Amino acid sequence: MGEMEQLRKEAESLKDQITAARKAVQDSTLQEAAAGITVVGRIQMKTRKTLRGHLAKIYAMHWSTDSKLCVSASQDGKLIVWDSVTTNKVNAIPLKSSWVMTCAYAPSGNLVACGGLDNMCSIYNLKGKDGNVKVMRELAAHTGYLSCCRFISDTEIITSSGDCTCILWDIETGTQKTVFAGHQGDCMSLAVAPDFKFFISGACDFTAKLWDIREGTCRQTFGGHESDVNAIGFFPNGNAVITGSDDATCKLFDLRADQELITYQDSSIMCGVTSLAPSLSGRLILAGYDDFNVNIWDMLKAERVGVLAGHDNRVSCIGVSADGMACCTGSWDSFLKIWN
Amino acid sequence: MMPVLSIPTLRSGLPDCRSSDLNVPVHRQLWLFIEDIVTRIQDETEGVPIRTVKSFMTKIPSVVTGADIVQWLMKNLTVEDSAEAMHIGSLIAAQGYFFPISDHVLCLRDDGTLYRFQAPYFWPSNCWEPENTDYAIYLCKRTMQNKTRLELADYEAENLARLQRAFARKWEFIYMQAEAQVKIDRKKDKIERKILDSQERAFWDVHRPVPGCVNTTEMDIRKCRRMKNPHRVKKSVYGVVEEGTQSQSPIHTSLHHCRKGTKEDVEKEILFLNTQLDRHCLKMSKVAESLITYAEQYMEYDPFVTTPEPSNPWTSDDPTLWDLEMSKEPSQQRVKKWGFSLEEALKDPVGQELFLKFLESEFSSENLRFWLAVQGLKSVPQQDVAQRVQDIWAEFLAEGAPSSINLDSHSYEITSQNLKDPGRYSYEDAQDHIYKLMKSDSYPRFLRSSVYQDLLMARKKPETEQGRRTSLEKFTRSMGKSLTGKRLTGLMQSS
Repeated sequence: MGEMEQLRKEAESLKDQITAARKAVQDSTLQEAAAGITVVGRIQMKTRKTLRGHLAKIYAMHWSTDSKLCVSASQDGKLIVWDSVTTNKVNAIPLKSSWVMTCAYAPSGNLVACGGLDNMCSIYNLKGKDGNVKVMRELAAHTGYLSCCRFISDTEIITSSGDCTCILWDIETGTQKTVFAGHQGDCMSLAVAPDFKFFISGACDFTAKLWDIREGTCRQTFGGHESDVNAIGFFPNGNAVITGSDDATCKLFDLRADQELITYQDSSIMCGVTSLAPSLSGRLILAGYDDFNVNIWDMLKAERVGVLAGHDNRVSCIGVSADGMACCTGSWDSFLKIWN
Repeated sequence: MMPVLSIPTLRSGLPDCRSSDLNVPVHRQLWLFIEDIVTRIQDETEGVPIRTVKSFMTKIPSVVTGADIVQWLMKNLTVEDSAEAMHIGSLIAAQGYFFPISDHVLCLRDDGTLYRFQAPYFWPSNCWEPENTDYAIYLCKRTMQNKTRLELADYEAENLARLQRAFARKWEFIYMQAEAQVKIDRKKDKIERKILDSQERAFWDVHRPVPGCVNTTEMDIRKCRRMKNPHRVKKSVYGVVEEGTQSQSPIHTSLHHCRKGTKEDVEKEILFLNTQLDRHCLKMSKVAESLITYAEQYMEYDPFVTTPEPSNPWTSDDPTLWDLEMSKEPSQQRVKKWGFSLEEALKDPVGQELFLKFLESEFSSENLRFWLAVQGLKSVPQQDVAQRVQDIWAEFLAEGAPSSINLDSHSYEITSQNLKDPGRYSYEDAQDHIYKLMKSDSYPRFLRSSVYQDLLMARKKPETEQGRRTSLEKFTRSMGKSLTGKRLTGLMQSS
């Protein structure tokens, strides 16, 4: 038997052992454990604000940590910072490249970032001395489109790309600190853990990966989806991961059990998931779909408990504010809506 | 019976899918789902009644009412109500799998509106990406046929004019193709032609929608690479073969195929798999329990589940709740949250302040001050990092340091090593240790302490805002008296 053959056999055997180990701890299911929990009842939300101003598809939005400001990116080539309460535009930043796919707000509120087909992550300083918003840094190294970016602080940001890698950058020097390689398909989205020590990425290889930011290594890989993982998020306590896929399902993976806990699906839902966000307690999962709706899931019982229907085109992004008071959806219909 | 076109019909063009196959169309799942429904709904025994409807002096072949479709969907799919059936039906219509015979707008109406099913040849799963030349041929041939039902709509006439300008130089070619198509069409029988014409029009309604309608063929630009049909062959609806260069779409970047695994790759994989195997998996029942506990504990703080007091500012336009959150006088609910975990206590500036004051009263505040200093270090400008690292060492770790922290020798060793190349994360390991120490030692004592308990139980007479404020002030003053020189130094000002 050739060496390659032997190695492959070894890998396969290890995979089988891992599967067996995972099976061995399946002494219950989340649904069984949650059987006695009171139902959460029908969740009905109304649109409280509509943010109008973009002239083309909105691809991304991100709340500021103050729960009132948010930033959105649209193919009209603009990054807009909104005061969602008054619906006023605080900043309208024109972009060099209109093919923007992602945006992010720094936890400090001082910076915003965006990127897309230009393969770069551009950082903008909102609190510049003269009041003008200028490009502070252009982080270039990816060889594919920028699908997502998230700030760790004002000095570090993580990006995911169509080149199948994620990168941790030092914003001040504009250099790459760590490259996270391992995915076999375009990385579509990422989320940073509440303790800022880990992040997760979802990719077109149908898997999600957990990465150690400081070590630069992949800690765990979660499979099970039958198509691209477009959206990803942490459960609020950082112990579980939620994914959304083109296979029309969302899944909950637990980090400590190292496997899938439950799938959120319905035979009448056949469109891909584009985005997701958990509510403050994690009891609800709000997921945006290609069929223009947002479905609200009871995280413990895997039942659909609500629908947000109000957009005239695909819901491309969704976010729940830090204080949990409202959720914001962005759509290809060029509008953002605030719901609760 | 479904009519047969002169071009061979295709069943679903969807290939079997493997996870490593990067050429699988994005909507594969959706189309499979729809095609299953569409096949069942046309079944002779189990489907809707498709029939010929007599109207004025003509017969309308092969139609069904919208109401029949909605009724069938409600009966045969697991849907809650007619609204959901309509939603699914509209989705199927938008993709062009059935269409209204008298309208360009592809939506489903729950009434007597007549619908027809699309021919499999035109199904989206064949990955049609029709070029403008095909569209030009189509519009052109419509103008050649003298039938009122084939008259161009305004937007179609505009499109044709635009295409004539764009293709000015090869219009002769397009015209000839259109003529050829008209010839083929003429050979078919009248009823068949009626059906085919409508199916062809519905196809173009999907790919060149009425202005104002959502274009369902629009792809997320990140997935555009996969929009190209799996066999990468450019195909024309009318079988037209064109010479000349095929322009690459500007977003078609070079493919990042997964390389065939090299020996190195497999060895890396084995290493990774071994670490996976070594990891201890927690029991499902345990992790489920932990998730449930967390969700239940925080549900009263989740505005989507529990209406917040006094009101959700988004609903009532009353910002009182936000003002209260910003205030230094915490509500009982907020104080309760500090007891959930050390993270929660430190997250809230008022909680953090109280915990610090408690530690000062125990003369063990150096741990928290160290933790805060290291947090601050992470946001300091690059030029100040080295100095700040030194300052922290001097204050907390050096021999004889004024705020000496209790670090075990292993962690001390690692930290000293890190300091050879000082950076923002040099104290990561030490910080983790100190955090664990606080969590297991001081934090539980804090929760049992009278200062915390008093606030939690709101043990004041009177239970008013005034009462709470004076109580906190009194506490602060009494703490101030018992403290010696240990005041917060500049190091603790976290940015």
